[in-house]
Amino acid sequence: MTATTARRATGGNERRLVTPLDVERIRADFPILANVRVDGKPLVFLDNAASAQMPQPVIDRLVRYRTWEHANIHRGVHYLSETATAAYEHARGIARRFLNAGEDREVIFTSNCTDGINLVAHGYGRKFIGAGDEIIITHLEHHANIVPWQMLCEEQGARLRIVPVTDAGELILEEYERLFNPRTKFVAITHVSNALGTINPVKAMIATAHRHGVPVLIDGAQAAPHLKLDVRDLDCDFYAITGHKIFGPTGIGVLYGKANLLERMQPFKGGGDMILSVTFEKTTYNHIPHKFEAGTPPIAEAIGLGTAMEYMTGIGHDGIGAHEHALLEYATELLGAIPGVRLIGTAKEKASVLSFYVGDVHPHDVGTILNQEGVAVRTGHHCAQPLMQRFGVPATARASFAFYNTFGEVEVLAAAVRKVQKMFA
Amino acid sequence: MDSKQLYQEVILDHNRKPRNWGKLEDATHRSEGVNPLCGDHIWVALKVDGDRIEKIAFEGESCAICKASASMMTTAVKGKTAADAQMLVDHFRAMAVGAEDLETSGRYLGRLTVFAGVRDLPSRVKCAILPWHTLHAALDQQDSTTTEGAADPVALEAQGAPGNA
Repeated sequence: MTATTARRATGGNERRLVTPLDVERIRADFPILANVRVDGKPLVFLDNAASAQMPQPVIDRLVRYRTWEHANIHRGVHYLSETATAAYEHARGIARRFLNAGEDREVIFTSNCTDGINLVAHGYGRKFIGAGDEIIITHLEHHANIVPWQMLCEEQGARLRIVPVTDAGELILEEYERLFNPRTKFVAITHVSNALGTINPVKAMIATAHRHGVPVLIDGAQAAPHLKLDVRDLDCDFYAITGHKIFGPTGIGVLYGKANLLERMQPFKGGGDMILSVTFEKTTYNHIPHKFEAGTPPIAEAIGLGTAMEYMTGIGHDGIGAHEHALLEYATELLGAIPGVRLIGTAKEKASVLSFYVGDVHPHDVGTILNQEGVAVRTGHHCAQPLMQRFGVPATARASFAFYNTFGEVEVLAAAVRKVQKMFA
Repeated sequence: MDSKQLYQEVILDHNRKPRNWGKLEDATHRSEGVNPLCGDHIWVALKVDGDRIEKIAFEGESCAICKASASMMTTAVKGKTAADAQMLVDHFRAMAVGAEDLETSGRYLGRLTVFAGVRDLPSRVKCAILPWHTLHAALDQQDSTTTEGAADPVALEAQGAPGNA
């Protein structure tokens, strides 16, 4: 691995910026980063937390599948069906290693993280959570990890309990522990906050829940792009991720579940592939994971996701973590030095996500003006309205960095934010 | 027109110093307008005497485009008849969604054509339209309106809904 160092003048002081990654070589794998110009300016893509870009090997894998390997899986005895089935199941094995799950049958292909959470809310929740029971979630959740539980509560007469956050955007763990009581039946928490970047101490939180005999689902949508995942080390009962945030295709996600739980759960969707036998009197469900994969899945996307996971593993999570941490620190420093800029979410442990407010300028104006400098950031409530209410803002602008972003791009962001600040001064 | 031209000095000025900002104690018509997608939220109040808009005021929380649009709207319709105000609403909507050529819009809207740039920024169209949409609702005696669902002004415009230019 090549070490790249850059010297930058910041506020009169020269600063050494160090990364273990050869970022220019990595960027060459992402055609969209070089292809796209916005108003004649180079694209500075800092909306990775919404959807990250795909590298050429993933694009190539999708094309290869579609031009050489496509047929329906788990069906035919013919050559193409067997080829496609082998590639699809091979991708499951890659996903198992990516999550460090114990067995392939604990790895379910879903359509995205939301789908995985709904699968658990339906398959586990409707069977094991009843009237008067309680489900613990946190104030940091994305709507995807709020609404399915809220719907379940409404249907079953159960109740949602919320772990509060500090002004820095960290969960208050004493309050979390106090929420447990004999009616607590489930815990669903995000590993990394999509809006603030906070990395939650999920391993300890899972241990707490297990002491009370309560299973835990971790929403890993925002953790998977940044952290090395290990579901067995965490000892979580369920872990949901999505493909398009880890440099893979849209329409594909993965849900890990402990085999003994998955076996006891009811199916989420009924249909083909999830059955062993069907008569009009009785249907026998298929074994896991197939019990949860009704209908023809997004086959190419699953295979492409496998390639994306291998690509990330190839770069290495240590390098990804170190580079992103350096980007986050540099961005925090440059944006923090701009008068009127307020950073929302200042947890000690953070992934490379930076939510901010510029004076009293509405984030949508910030986003439009940044766009005219070629900078893509997300503006809005980030599907986390309760969290926005907690911080008293309707929305924020959010820059989120991936391993292909550069220190130079952080500087373009900072210069664009200065423009906003001057324009509205 | 791109966003560089959208944030013109006149828009920045109305955002900094919104005209007719505040409440109207003796209002005869009021409406609340919300864009749930971006959180823009404004109130428009009118005092209509006979057929004439004698007073108009607005307040709320919104982006600069929405606030400047509301501010310039109040100065444009104050003193006009309700029918004339409604005609401006129709032309403003048509201009913002690109359903009318700029020359035609300019004849009716004058300086308000500074907002024409939103037609190239689909995610910002409703920011500019919300105040007008809310004015329309107030004149129509509706207490509240939204830019989404059945009242979606952009969708209505695309369908060529009656009452729109």
